Amino acid sequence: MASRLFYGVLLALVLAVLWLLLSGYWFKPLLVGFGVFAVIVALVATARMGLLDGESVPFARLPQYLKYWGWLGAEIFKANIAVVRIAMAPDLNIKPVMTRVAVTAKSDMARTTYANSITLTPGTVTVEVEETGFLVHALTEEFADQDAFRDMERRSIEAVEGKKALEKPRGEA
Amino acid sequence: MDYGFWIDLALDIVSAGFVITGAVFVLAGAIGVIRLPDFYTRMHAAGVTDTLGAEMIVIGLMIQGGLSLITVKLALLGVFVFLTSPTATHAVANAAYKSGLKPLLTRYRPHAGSDDGGAA
Repeated sequence: MASRLFYGVLLALVLAVLWLLLSGYWFKPLLVGFGVFAVIVALVATARMGLLDGESVPFARLPQYLKYWGWLGAEIFKANIAVVRIAMAPDLNIKPVMTRVAVTAKSDMARTTYANSITLTPGTVTVEVEETGFLVHALTEEFADQDAFRDMERRSIEAVEGKKALEKPRGEA
Repeated sequence: MDYGFWIDLALDIVSAGFVITGAVFVLAGAIGVIRLPDFYTRMHAAGVTDTLGAEMIVIGLMIQGGLSLITVKLALLGVFVFLTSPTATHAVANAAYKSGLKPLLTRYRPHAGSDDGGAA
């Protein structure tokens, strides 16, 4: 109950700030009133759907996400250069591979973050999501580096579930 | 000495640098989509367009916006592109895979050796 209250207040705060930033109407009572009404409607709908938890309201972990996005941004930059070099080479020379990548992350959020990170990095796309692994299509074998995938998964689990989740022994795969 | 003019000029140059670099990456992605052989490999080239290309243009425009609500909106736009584009890419890739489109998994090198097109 207490955690639902916490996530409710957090969601209301984020929605209010977002409304103010997007509309820019800080001092017009009628319009700000409409904004408050909109926030309350969204809050009630979220509460009724039972979505007030850490998964739907992930803003408490924003610092960890920002740290992860910074690292991911650098990886994406490097991968972009590599893909452009291959695609623009006068002598086009590629050998695409399909590879299976093991997934040990438990929570849906960590698995989604990991799968989307693979897709976001040019040169690799998650084609199929399975219980214990992802099927990944890579432009060449260099992009299908299992160690790089494991490092990316470790970082996405750390961002979504926290450092503690990494220390716990993992089950299958 | 009035530094305002030079600061504005410097910001304009940096901003133009970002927008032009972004546009070059979008162009490279488009050329890649045409050059690469099959659906799955072309998707990788398209990925260049909606990561580095889009984000660099957004950063360039944020510098143009300065400290204003427009910059905040552009930052949110960048975050939303960052979050939604992989989902869309995965949906398309998964649909192709589920409906039985086989990826090309052999070496593709159309200009190998001879200059008349080679293996292609």
